[in-house]
Amino acid sequence: MATLASVGERQGGPENRVDGTLAPPARRRRMALASKIRIGAQRLWWTLVSIGTFVAIWELCWLAGVADPRLLPPPHIFLGDFVGQAKFFNTATRWSIGVNPADGPSPYEAVMLTIGATTMRVLVGLVIASLLAISLGVLIRYFLLFERLTLPTITLLSPVSPIAWLPVAIFLFGIGNAPAIFMVVIALFFHMVLATISQIDGVNRNLINVARTMGATKWQTYSRVIIPAILPGLLVVLRMNLFAAWMVVLIAESTGVGYGLGQVIMLARNTFNPSLVFFTIALIGMLGFTFDLVLRMLQRRILYWVPETTGVLRGL
Amino acid sequence: MACDPAKPSNSSLICRGVSKTWAAGTERAHEALRDIDIEVAPGEFVTFLGPSGCGKSTLLYLIAGLEPVTSGEIWSSHQRVTGPSPDRSLIFQETSLFPWLTVWQNVSFGLGIRGADSKTRRAAARDALQRVGLTAAFDKRPDELSGGMRQRVAVARALAMRPKVLLMDEPFAALDVQTRQRMQDFLLDVWRDSGASILFVTHHIDEAVALADRVAVFTSRPGRIKTVVPIDLPRPRNLFSPQCEKLRIELTQDLRDEVDRAFAEQEALAAPT
Repeated sequence: MATLASVGERQGGPENRVDGTLAPPARRRRMALASKIRIGAQRLWWTLVSIGTFVAIWELCWLAGVADPRLLPPPHIFLGDFVGQAKFFNTATRWSIGVNPADGPSPYEAVMLTIGATTMRVLVGLVIASLLAISLGVLIRYFLLFERLTLPTITLLSPVSPIAWLPVAIFLFGIGNAPAIFMVVIALFFHMVLATISQIDGVNRNLINVARTMGATKWQTYSRVIIPAILPGLLVVLRMNLFAAWMVVLIAESTGVGYGLGQVIMLARNTFNPSLVFFTIALIGMLGFTFDLVLRMLQRRILYWVPETTGVLRGL
Repeated sequence: MACDPAKPSNSSLICRGVSKTWAAGTERAHEALRDIDIEVAPGEFVTFLGPSGCGKSTLLYLIAGLEPVTSGEIWSSHQRVTGPSPDRSLIFQETSLFPWLTVWQNVSFGLGIRGADSKTRRAAARDALQRVGLTAAFDKRPDELSGGMRQRVAVARALAMRPKVLLMDEPFAALDVQTRQRMQDFLLDVWRDSGASILFVTHHIDEAVALADRVAVFTSRPGRIKTVVPIDLPRPRNLFSPQCEKLRIELTQDLRDEVDRAFAEQEALAAPT
């Protein structure tokens, strides 16, 4: 609730700043909530319009006969037969020898299981990569010797495409969850280390100097000034890398990890099933979108002090 | 030029032959300060007046202990300055409040560094905010305050450390003229109240005349102290009084020569060789 109230105050203008006696807090909070709902509804509306336009163009192409439904099936075709598509999901358990295909999970459950498996790999990979990369980036700036020992290697490895690591993942971890998670980690880790370092270098010198003049030790300067100061930038880095994680997990899964969205795409490719490809793409798109939304909301909640600047750009 | 630490001295701050050369020993080396000698008495208000880029801010950083001197020595309360100390608080031109902390947390940041508990910190913050007249902003965040208020919070944060010397690097330069005048009055109140010495960097002649016990006029690069002008007038000062008028004219003349020289140098540098 504190965040809501503060948003209201920020919109209150300068006369409402220090003593804040304009409106009773309860009323201000209600007003802030109402404006938040209005903004949310507007955003949802425009999201629907944006997707709707895209779908409409595709459907028109199909109507006009430009888009061949066997190659580029429009949304009403690939989304229309949910059960038909779902039977390709979670095939590892469904299509085992000696198991009746009808005994498996229901089509809806199968899709959810597959999505859950892929999402878990993305999340675990993202968390491991972030923890490793941020700690390493901070250590690199904290200890000069550590920087000299590690930074050249990290810089050397960071341009290597994750695809090149795929054989290594399989050599090391065989087949299963581990190679997929390893791939996500390796795809994010090096960039996130470099991003952390550049965030640290970008911290306002004055803030560091204030801490120094007050007698802060190196450890205190890092823990109380540098780490909080780089958090906003790191969350942006994390959001960018979230998409990279979604991309690389499909590659990892297509090599065979039991089941997952990447495995479904591979299956669709091998059986020449464009409807299944687009169906899966739609699922991935929705998942990525939702994840981004959640991270953005988290960002606003955790980093309450970062001002929203998009309004300035709109005014141009 | 050696300074004997055992020698009893009234000064709360002594600079002896202080020089600073940036990037010394490289091709890009440039001399920012040369042979600065100045003593500041306890509770004295000294302004450093000079053209932009004359090294007056650099001197403040050296005194704060944030940068090492190239030669010379700086003594603060009979101790050689080798690094930053809470005795000497620095206030910057730009906002330097921690945006993720509330006002009171900002003000008591230094006490937190020393490991004070939350109760002590809150009490100290309340006290310091009272001295700058901002108790109402106790729980606000910096982005909810105006520029002038933020600088007052920065002053409160410096005062909370009970410094012997307050170093101010053009603290009001980013404020509008009206706010600036109010802030000057405010600063004088705070200064009298705290008993600390103030070293105040500015390039505004009026500001120097309104505030200082002594004005040290700097030459353009490398910065040296050209002259020190004492101002023995009661405060608040009327800048339009004949004495102030005379001082302003004198300082303007001193400064104009330096600005002319700085311009000539810059033009010489820009000219094709």
